[in-house]
Amino acid sequence: MATRIFGSGIKRREDPRLITGKARYTDDFQMAGMVHMVVVRSPHAHARITSIDTSAARGAPGVVAVFTGHDLKLGAIPCAWLVPGSDLKVPAHPALATETVRYVGDGVAMIIATDRYLAQDAADLVQVTYEVLPAVVNPETSTKEGSPQLFPEIANNVAFHWVASSGDDGVNQAFAEAEVVVKERIVQQRLLPTAMEPRAVLAQWDKYAEELTVYSTTQNPHIARFILSGVTGVPEHKLRVIAPEVGGGFGSKIPVYADEALAAWASMKLGVPVKWAETRSENYQVTIHGRDHVEYVEMAATKEGKVTAIRGTVYAGLGAYISTAAPGVPTILHGLMYSGAYAIPHIRAETFGVLTNTTPVDAYRGAGRPEATFLVERLMDRLAHTLNMDPVALRRKNLIPPFENGYTVAIGLTYDSGNYEAALAKALGMFDYEGFRREQAAARQQGRYLGIGVTTYSECCGLGPSQVAGAVGFQGGLWESAIVRFSPAGKVQALIGASPHGQGEETTFAQIIADELGVPVDDVEIAHGDTNRSPMGWGSYGSRTTPVGGAALVTAARKIKEKARAMAAHLLEAATEDIEYGDGKFFVRGAPDRFKSIQEAALMATLAWNLPAGMEPGMEASAFYDPPNFVYPFGTHIAVVEVNPATGQVDLQRYIAVDDCGPQINPMIVEGQIHGGLVQGIGQVLCEGVVYDDQGQLLTGTMMDYAMPRADMFPTFEIESTVTPSPHHPIGVKGVGETGAIASTPTVYNAVIDALQPFGIEQMEMPLTAPRVWKAIQDARAKGGQ
Amino acid sequence: MKVTVTVNGTRYEREVESRMLLVHFLREELGLTGTNIGCDTSQCGACTVHMDGKSVKSCAVLAVQADGREVTTIEGLAQDGTLHPLQAAFWEKHGLQCGYCTPGMIMAGSAFLRDHPHPTDEEIRHGLEGNICRCTGYQNIVAAMKSAAENM
Ligand code: FES
Ligand code: FES
Repeated sequence: MATRIFGSGIKRREDPRLITGKARYTDDFQMAGMVHMVVVRSPHAHARITSIDTSAARGAPGVVAVFTGHDLKLGAIPCAWLVPGSDLKVPAHPALATETVRYVGDGVAMIIATDRYLAQDAADLVQVTYEVLPAVVNPETSTKEGSPQLFPEIANNVAFHWVASSGDDGVNQAFAEAEVVVKERIVQQRLLPTAMEPRAVLAQWDKYAEELTVYSTTQNPHIARFILSGVTGVPEHKLRVIAPEVGGGFGSKIPVYADEALAAWASMKLGVPVKWAETRSENYQVTIHGRDHVEYVEMAATKEGKVTAIRGTVYAGLGAYISTAAPGVPTILHGLMYSGAYAIPHIRAETFGVLTNTTPVDAYRGAGRPEATFLVERLMDRLAHTLNMDPVALRRKNLIPPFENGYTVAIGLTYDSGNYEAALAKALGMFDYEGFRREQAAARQQGRYLGIGVTTYSECCGLGPSQVAGAVGFQGGLWESAIVRFSPAGKVQALIGASPHGQGEETTFAQIIADELGVPVDDVEIAHGDTNRSPMGWGSYGSRTTPVGGAALVTAARKIKEKARAMAAHLLEAATEDIEYGDGKFFVRGAPDRFKSIQEAALMATLAWNLPAGMEPGMEASAFYDPPNFVYPFGTHIAVVEVNPATGQVDLQRYIAVDDCGPQINPMIVEGQIHGGLVQGIGQVLCEGVVYDDQGQLLTGTMMDYAMPRADMFPTFEIESTVTPSPHHPIGVKGVGETGAIASTPTVYNAVIDALQPFGIEQMEMPLTAPRVWKAIQDARAKGGQ
Repeated sequence: MKVTVTVNGTRYEREVESRMLLVHFLREELGLTGTNIGCDTSQCGACTVHMDGKSVKSCAVLAVQADGREVTTIEGLAQDGTLHPLQAAFWEKHGLQCGYCTPGMIMAGSAFLRDHPHPTDEEIRHGLEGNICRCTGYQNIVAAMKSAAENM
């Protein structure tokens, strides 16, 4: 094809509206008669509600209504990932608490007022008396006998216990017979997803049509409709969810929260549009958090450095209630990835899902896979250190050899394709590794501490076959659908079920269509984010929009092309088999001047004056694509740091990322995804971390206290790629939304530990802030380190 | 209280509560929703606008403090349909993803470039310390700033 646009870094078509202030996010919409909702929230992490007095609030200026949980007629907020074989117990999660509050931020009442300032004023007038109960915040402590109990029916706060194993006997034997075993206790601290747009909802009940429209900051409008229908009782065909411009999500806009249901219910009750927009502090209290693991992990190996087994026990904090996808994250998306990029014969992953008096935890960029990659890569460096082996040489010894079509790891997943050695070689080609090791040794002589971290990873995304979704308890399918249609004048409109919110698929999907149909990219429009307009889809998360939604789109486009071919054959009075296609034109084999453009074929099919026998009018196709497997991107990342021993400051000096996500539709956008992921992953190492005190008060409750990564913390990332297509995807692509966040955390962490080797420091809890590193150095010195 | 503010060249007179923030005034009174709100502690910079030519965080300014002043928001940055060089550079260099931080970044960045016409990468990174982006990892924002500096 002459004008292939696949693979070209064209500018994004989303951008003009975004750089001029014309984009419309949920909180930008105003409606006639609109009122504002504010939720009154618990200041205690665990308490019994003894009374709620709303009388003063009801009389406050501008107040339209005040409701408590006793007024509501709403179902409980459900959990949608019921991991089987784990004895999962899902406690009821009411939209407003009536008896007990279980975390700081738990809703107890709602104010509806004519103005958001007045609503907030009235919220301050609601008098709630509490009997404060003891709280627990640490997921490991929470399981101990005698810890405060969140729900009487859930003993020791353990909501589920899940195990995946390649065979316990084999695992036990491998550890019993191992020549070397390395162990580590890893704390994956809690993180705040912090999409820059806080959550918001605008619910509008049309009392004449009895229809509910909900504008929502969601990553998955169809799932939101499905769940909101169940919670509010509005039938799905009368419920429309619109995700307008959405300002980032990173997983935090997957769940359906109490607030969306409350606004919907209030709009139905009052008959006016109700808007709720959280403040950032509220976002930090009630929008899901990520990670929160305490892990005990170990790796067995031979003296030569061949890894024979890996196993781990994870206490995964779930927070006070079980959020939409929460049970699947520290199990299916985590425990099944303990093999990483390595051939490890025996694997066992065990997870306790634990309730604590904290904000619910759910999927945050990478969701389970960053934690898995971290523990594998951390143990690799530990093992290298213990064996006095070079960490790169150790990894090389254990990498899965190249494969193009399927490799099954001991714990059961079948990776689609990989060439880990090639990515490693490419990364090392960008970096003088031997030279660095010499420089590092020389620097140490001068009291300067340089360190390097090298990660070779594979991850699992593009969720996923629906059959697998069902088998692992996900309460939905994981396919995507698309509709592609020609308008009479030859423009193409594609409607997709997935819901991009910053990832640029309006551009990359137009590139796909332009290539498939041979039409100018500017003639293609991609529409999404409205359940009344877009076909069904399960949403944008798990790096699945392009691998799954993109495949649906390609499939629909190919159906159109075949119909157009038949139409062209009819017009050209030739047999369909004799029609060839090139560059948007169908021509008769051997007679390239006898042709019809795809637009002409589309027009004639739409006019339907003269259709071939049996053909339906119109030029439209829809496709449902259920992937046969996940996709497994992979790569090698290298970080170089210098630690200042006098201050503990970590200076990230170089970062190299070689990622393989198969063929790249738009390399500029791929790199952007990687940059963003890197900063989030490195943020976890260097600055981010939620802090609760023992009473469950959130101490990092504003942006003043929670350290977000800023521009001046980073060098210019050096990004390269290798290209290994996915064998099962129609255009070979893999997801790239999470790789940066998955690979960078262990890379930078290991680099810091490497830098501190002369002090004998083997472990620190993240984030590795200057005071923490400084203290570790002081402690090591006191113990006789360097 | 009555305030008179010139926004993007148009004079507006409005009656506002004394506690109303400039950002709410712009968004809700004037319907200029291009300016976004990303925090409640003046950390994120999503709400950055120009007031009398200087960049300010409009969540840290009261509407009444803008009385008698000239405010430029993202909606007023392009002149006669031509993008400001920094807007064009953000587009060209993929300096945005979800776009939520972008109006604030561009307003802060354009003021910065006026004072630092030939910045180094490091100066840009320090100069943008008051603006948080969760999507881009900053690298392409730095690239956009550099490229705009060359074109201004
Ligand atoms: S909204 Fe103004 S600085 Fe964050
Ligand atoms: S582009 Fe999304 S926060 Fe900057």
